[in-house]
Amino acid sequence: MDLTKLKAILEPYKGQKGSLIAVLQKTQEVYGYLPEEALREIAKELGTTANEVYGVASFYAQFRFKPQGKNVVKVCEGTACHVRGSHRLLESVQDYLHIQPGEITPDGVFGVERVACVGCCALAPVMIINEDVHAGMTPVEAKKILTDIEKSEKTQVK
Amino acid sequence: MEFEKLQQQSMAEWKELQSSKKPRILIGTGTCGRAAGSLKTLEAIKNELKRLNIDAIVTEVGCIGLCYTEPIVDIIKPGQPRIAYGKVTPEVAVKLIQDYLAGDNPHPELALGTVGEGTIPGIPKMSEHPMLKPQVRISLRNCGNIDPKDIKQYIASGGYSGFAKALQMAPDDVIAELKKSGLRGRGGAGFSAGMKWELCRKAPGDVKYVICNFDEGDPGAFMNRLLLEGDPHSLLEGLLIGGHAIGASKGYIYCRAEKPLAIERLDFAIKQMHEYGLLGDNILGSKMSFDIEVKKGAGAFVCGEETALMASIEGKRGMPRSRPPFPAVSGLWGKPTNINNVETWANSAIILQKGGAWFAGFGTEKSKGTKTFALAGKITRTGLIEVPMGMPLRTIINDIGGGPVGGRKFKAVQTGGPSGGCLPASKLDLPVDYESLAEAGAIVGSGGMVVADEDTCMVDLARFFLSFVQHESCGKCVPCRVGTRQMLKILERITNGKGKPEDIAQLENLAKTIKAGSLCALGGTAPNPVLTTLRYFKDEYEAHINDKRCPAHSCKALIEYAIVPQKCEGCMICMRQCPASAIKGGKRLIHIIDQSKCTKCGTCMEVCPERFGAVVKLSGEKMDIPSEPIPVIVKNKAAAAKAE
Ligand SMILES: Cc1cc2nc3c(=O)[nH]c(=O)nc-3n(C[C@H](O)[C@H](O)[C@H](O)COP(=O)(O)O)c2cc1C
Ligand code: FES
Repeated sequence: MDLTKLKAILEPYKGQKGSLIAVLQKTQEVYGYLPEEALREIAKELGTTANEVYGVASFYAQFRFKPQGKNVVKVCEGTACHVRGSHRLLESVQDYLHIQPGEITPDGVFGVERVACVGCCALAPVMIINEDVHAGMTPVEAKKILTDIEKSEKTQVK
Repeated sequence: MEFEKLQQQSMAEWKELQSSKKPRILIGTGTCGRAAGSLKTLEAIKNELKRLNIDAIVTEVGCIGLCYTEPIVDIIKPGQPRIAYGKVTPEVAVKLIQDYLAGDNPHPELALGTVGEGTIPGIPKMSEHPMLKPQVRISLRNCGNIDPKDIKQYIASGGYSGFAKALQMAPDDVIAELKKSGLRGRGGAGFSAGMKWELCRKAPGDVKYVICNFDEGDPGAFMNRLLLEGDPHSLLEGLLIGGHAIGASKGYIYCRAEKPLAIERLDFAIKQMHEYGLLGDNILGSKMSFDIEVKKGAGAFVCGEETALMASIEGKRGMPRSRPPFPAVSGLWGKPTNINNVETWANSAIILQKGGAWFAGFGTEKSKGTKTFALAGKITRTGLIEVPMGMPLRTIINDIGGGPVGGRKFKAVQTGGPSGGCLPASKLDLPVDYESLAEAGAIVGSGGMVVADEDTCMVDLARFFLSFVQHESCGKCVPCRVGTRQMLKILERITNGKGKPEDIAQLENLAKTIKAGSLCALGGTAPNPVLTTLRYFKDEYEAHINDKRCPAHSCKALIEYAIVPQKCEGCMICMRQCPASAIKGGKRLIHIIDQSKCTKCGTCMEVCPERFGAVVKLSGEKMDIPSEPIPVIVKNKAAAAKAE
């Protein structure tokens, strides 16, 4: 794998205390996830152990050790969304894509994740696809949105 | 530049803008607005203005908190009052530009109200709007009114004058002013802000830090997000004042990564502060040096706890540690540190601007000032509000929030998130202040209020919170790590219809141990949602355990979906859409759900045309259902044909 990008990320943080989380965030931004090789390199460059780096990375929900789907579907499971039926929303998304939260579809087009509140509670229940927040979702509408994405992905391939 | 000059210049520019000969359009593009489609509306506005060759000033502002009616657009025609419109879709926006900006029809039927001076026939005053009328907006005063990306608009509205004043005062006097205001921490525990600042000021040490807690991890709450998106400088001014009073030269803002727009606005605002000499060395010509760094969290709820938060800033696993030593003595990197919530910092700024006595004029004896609350869940007018402390819950829920959605029956309001509690209808007359809510078993917390109606199962809500804290427990101490797991298991058992009579006592027992033995308040308060639901809704627990019934018809294991024979029109919509092919029927035949195939996904209920409303949920109730599809009972061919 190409570690030159990682070197560029690390450069400004060298010798700066408390920078590990920021480095991990930037790394994930660039690579889409945290590959093991990158974690080892970070440890070496920051003068710490791979154990320490993995320990921090695995503590926080934000970090992934596997690549993500091309379209990340996040269903909010915060309180407001919960009382407005987010569990049914999540179930319908899982049913439709045949995957569990944390997994990606075999073709890599979709990934499903759970989030605990994105602060859009007033328009619950919400589903976030990539960066777009879809408010006031119902299971049926959610499926429609997923179908549309599926179609546009297929035409792109053609 | 001297502050007075900057202020005068800002005010002059503001005045010029107010009396501009060009029409002005304000559009709320906070996270809520965007979710409701405000960026599309904005695009439509820009295109239409261009098409009609209208030279207007379009400003993106934060949210005024009427989230339920987003996207909100305000239009100011020169010489006319400002009119606010709700639910402005791109089509509505185009219509308003054509008919009002290019014509003279203000479309009163689409307006929410007029803002400020002046009236327009047929349009009520915004200050009379039921959601706004009972409010006292102090920390939210600028949200939706000023451009959050323009520091000068903040300054023109009095901004940074509190800091300029503080700079002329001795640090101890600044703290005295804060104490006079009676301000208590808005992040949850409600500790006196002035006292905390004083402790940190008095702690020995040359290097000190101030931290703003914008971890806002409480699910169902968005007070801090909305404030930062709409008025980021108010918090930043508070941090500067704290830096001066406490003797800190560096401030950190710890942000929840799931709220990217607020972080973007903060980054931008900090850049502007540098440009205007409000950060760096010799701020406003004084001896003060101060810098602010934004730290992005990485998605751990426990990092909202102050000691865990500091560990996270240091780049470590965000695990709490025992106190003492308190952060005021040994905090970030072992240095004296003062940490406050976003709203606490923002309030400090206005307190220095207007005086402690002024702030103390609002609220109650022991809970001074105003507090923001996020109204969400099954309530009609969802959004963000700010009210004086001590306002009865009933006023908030019924007058401001408009009561439960669709006239359903109110069951409970959950305050304070995972650390808080659920209050029933009988507690609606409670004044909302720190003491009263605590007495009833709930907390003010950071301000989340989620309303539950008759369709919300309180046992399931308790299970929901336990599963949340169990998932978020950092695992450092046993009572929290293991205890919450045991409580969750019992609650799952109950909601799955496998509860045992002794489970209630077991839950109470575990709750006591977890509260007493946990290292931090995450565990220490985790049992609260269970304890308050047990206190006020024990009958629901008993129905689940003894009768295997969910009175709210919500717990999947305890309900069945059924089609009411007398209401089914045989339109085949549910049959076609059922993902499990569990519905038998045919054209003009009463449909029947095969319970052995049904996955209880609820699709049939969602797609059954509203005027039929033939699908219901049963939990213990009996219903006579034919064994095979028979011709429909209601003969309304026209309606059924239309539904098809
Ligand atoms: C699990 C847990 C989560 C917390 N989350 C937050 C939070 O998101 N925001 C916040 O301001 N305080 C939070 N707190 C409270 C902080 O520890 C701290 O008391 C607060 O930031 C102090 O600020 P204040 O005095 O202005 O309220 C949390 C506490 C616990 C135990
Ligand atoms: S609870 Fe879903 S966005 Fe807050």
